[in-house]
Amino acid sequence: MNATLQSVRKWAVQTARLCCGIPDYDGYVKHLREHHPERKVPSYGEFFRERQEARYKGGGGRCC
Amino acid sequence: MQVAMRKSGVTSKLIWVVIAIIGAVCLGMVALRRGEPVNAIWLVAAAIAVFTIGFRFYGKFVEHSVLRLDPTRAPPSVLRNDGLDYVPTDKWVVFGHHFAAIAGAGPLVGPVLAAQMGYLPGTLWILFGVVFAGAVQDFMILGLSLRRDARSLGHMLREELGPLPGLVAMIGVLVLMMIVLAVLALVVVKALTHSPWGTFTVACTIPIAFLMGGYMRWFRPGRILEVSVIGLILLLVSIWAGKFVADSATLAPLFDMDAKALAWWLIAYGFVASVLPVWLLLAPRDYLSTFLKIGTIALLALAILLTAPDLQMPAVTRFIDGTGPVFAGDLFPFLFITIACGAVSGWHSIIASGTTPKLLANEGQARMVGYGGMLMEAFVAIMALIAATYLHPGVYFAMNSPSAIIGSTVQDAATTISQWGFVVTPEQLLQTAKDIGENSILSRAGGAPTLAVGMAQLLHNIMPSGGLMAFWYHYAILFEALFILTTVDAGTRVGRFMIQEIAGLIHKPLQATESWTGNLLATAVCVALWGYFLYQGAVDPLGGINTLWPLFGIANQMLAAIALMLATVVVVKLKRERYVWVPGIPALWLIVCTLTAGYQKLVGPISFTAAANKYADAMQQGQLLAPAKTTAAMQQIVTNNYVDMVLTGLFMALVVVMVLFCLRSLVKAWRTNHPTAHEEPYVALTSVAG
Repeated sequence: MNATLQSVRKWAVQTARLCCGIPDYDGYVKHLREHHPERKVPSYGEFFRERQEARYKGGGGRCC
Repeated sequence: MQVAMRKSGVTSKLIWVVIAIIGAVCLGMVALRRGEPVNAIWLVAAAIAVFTIGFRFYGKFVEHSVLRLDPTRAPPSVLRNDGLDYVPTDKWVVFGHHFAAIAGAGPLVGPVLAAQMGYLPGTLWILFGVVFAGAVQDFMILGLSLRRDARSLGHMLREELGPLPGLVAMIGVLVLMMIVLAVLALVVVKALTHSPWGTFTVACTIPIAFLMGGYMRWFRPGRILEVSVIGLILLLVSIWAGKFVADSATLAPLFDMDAKALAWWLIAYGFVASVLPVWLLLAPRDYLSTFLKIGTIALLALAILLTAPDLQMPAVTRFIDGTGPVFAGDLFPFLFITIACGAVSGWHSIIASGTTPKLLANEGQARMVGYGGMLMEAFVAIMALIAATYLHPGVYFAMNSPSAIIGSTVQDAATTISQWGFVVTPEQLLQTAKDIGENSILSRAGGAPTLAVGMAQLLHNIMPSGGLMAFWYHYAILFEALFILTTVDAGTRVGRFMIQEIAGLIHKPLQATESWTGNLLATAVCVALWGYFLYQGAVDPLGGINTLWPLFGIANQMLAAIALMLATVVVVKLKRERYVWVPGIPALWLIVCTLTAGYQKLVGPISFTAAANKYADAMQQGQLLAPAKTTAAMQQIVTNNYVDMVLTGLFMALVVVMVLFCLRSLVKAWRTNHPTAHEEPYVALTSVAG
C-alpha cells in the first residue's frame, strides 16, 4: 500500500514538473553517470535554471 | 486456458455492445428530445461513449492499418536519449504533459460562441469532428514525427513536400500565431472592460509572479510545486481583495478601464513581459496557470456531474440560418470554423511534433497520448458547451451580442432578445450582474465571461452560500486571463525568434537572439503585429470577437488542413493508398470549410468588403456610424476591414497553394511503385534498451 502511494506521488510530481518543462532530475543524473562520466553533474538548482531557460527558446510548445 | 481466453473475449465484446447501446441511447436523447430541457448528463454520457468507442476502434484502426506503429521499434527517446529533451518517459506522465500543452483557451471559447445555434450542432461537430478529424490529425502527426527522429511539422513538410511548401506553411504559422495572440488578448479585454474587480485581480498576478520568481531563484531554487501553492493562495487572496477595490470609491476608478485603454495596457505588457528574463515573470506564471488550468477543468467536471443541470438553450435555435448576433454566417461553414479547438485544431500539429514525440518510450503508447489526449480536449469543449447552454438563453445572448445589435441598456437588450424568442426581463439581467459582482453583463463576448457565469452558477448550486457566486465568477475570469496572458507572453517570444530568423535572411546580425538590438526590434515588430489586431478588435463596431474569431478559425483550420494533407501525402508515399481517405477526407472537409468561409468573408452580406463599403459610403455622405465618433475613426474602421480582407485572401491563397503542392506530391507518389516516405530506418528496441 505504502509502495503504491509512493509511486503515485512520484508519478504526480514528475508529471507536474514535466508539464512545466522540467524533466526528471534523477533520470538526468543517472544518464550522465552512465554515458558521460567525464561531465560534471549539475546541482538541481543549476539543472532547473538551464531547463527553465530552454523551455521558452522558441518551439511554440503551447496551444491556443 | 483457451476456454478462459474465449470467455474474456466474449465478455469484452459484450461490454463494447453495452457501451455502444448506452452511447446510442444518450445520443438519441440529446439529438431527438424536443420541447423539454435535456439534462447535461445525457450529453456527458454520450460523449464518453462516443469517445471510448472511437478510441478503441477507430484509433486502433489508424494505429494498426494506417500508421502501422510497431512496439518493437526503438522510438527517438531511446535512440537519442540525452536525459533532457529526449527521455523515455512513463506513458501517463507523457499523457499529462501532452494534455497540458494542447489544452488552452480555444476549447473554452469556440463552443461558447457556437452555442448561439443551440447545443446540438456544436455537440455533434465536437463528437464526430474529434473522432474522425481532430484526434486523427494529432495522432498521425505524432506517429509521423516518431518515425522521423521527432522532427517538427515544418521540418517534415520541407522533407516530404519540398522546401518551398515548407516555407509557405511556416509563413502561415507565423500569421496564424499573430491572430491567435490578438484574439486571445481580446478575450481578456472583453472580460475586463469596466470591471475593476477583474482588472485588479489580473493585475495582481504580475507582482505575485515576481514574488514566486524571486522565491524560486534565490530562496528555494526549483521548488515548483511549493511555490505554486503559495502563488495560488495569494491569487485567492487577490480575488477576495478585489471586491473591496471594486467597492472603494478611490481605488475602483484606477482599475475601471474601457476596451481601448485595456488594449494599450496589454500591448505594453506584452512587450515588457517578453523582454524580461523568463524566470522573473513568464515561468512562474506559466507554472501557476498550468496547475490552475488542470484543477479548474477538474472542478468544472465535478460541478457538472454533481449538479446534473438541465440545458436551458434549445437544441437548435433559429440562428442556424446565419443571422446570429454572436457571429455571422450559416451553420455551414461557420460552425466548423468557430469550433476549432475541441473538434480539430491545427495548432496541435505543432505540439504533436514538438516535445511529445521526444518523450514517448514506445510507439505502442502513441495512440493513448495522441488520440486520447485530443479526446480529453474535446471533453473540455463539451463541458464549456454545457456551461454556456445551461445559462438562461436570454442571459447568454445579452452577454455575447454586440451593443450595436442589442443596445447598451438592460431595457433595450431585454426587449431585443425577447423579440428573438428568448424571453428575458431587464431585472433578470441586472440580477445576474449583481450576483457576480459586476455592473453590467451586456456585450461581453469572447467566451470567458459566459463560461465564468455558467461555472459560477454551477458551483453556487453545489455550495449555495451568499456572495460566493461573485468569487467564483472572478476566479473563472482570473483562471482564463492567467493562461491567456501566459500564451501571449510565450507566443510573443516564439514570434520574436521567428521574426529574427526571417530578418536574419536579409541582415545577418539581426539573427543573434542574445543581442539587445535584434531582441528589442523583433519583439516590437511582433507586438505591433498582434497589437494592431487587438486594437482593431477593441474599436470594432461589432465588438471585435464577431469580426476576429472567424479569422482565427479560418487560420487554425487552415493549419489543420495542411497537417492532414501532409499525413495524406505520407500515407500514399508509404504505398498504403487504400487508407488515403483516413486523413484525406478530413483534410478535404477542412479545405472546403476554410475556402467557403474565406469566400463568404470576401464577397456577400457578411463579408469584410461589405462592412468596409458600408462605412466608406456613409463617410462619403458625411454621416457618422456608431461606434465611430469622428471621420478619422470611420476611416480606421474602413482600413481595418481592408486589412482583414487582405488577410483572408492570404489565408485562402495559402490553402490553395498548399493543395497544389500536395496534389503534385500525391500524383508523383501514386505513380511510383515503391515507398518514398522519409522514414528513419528500423532499429529494434531490444538492441538498444538496457
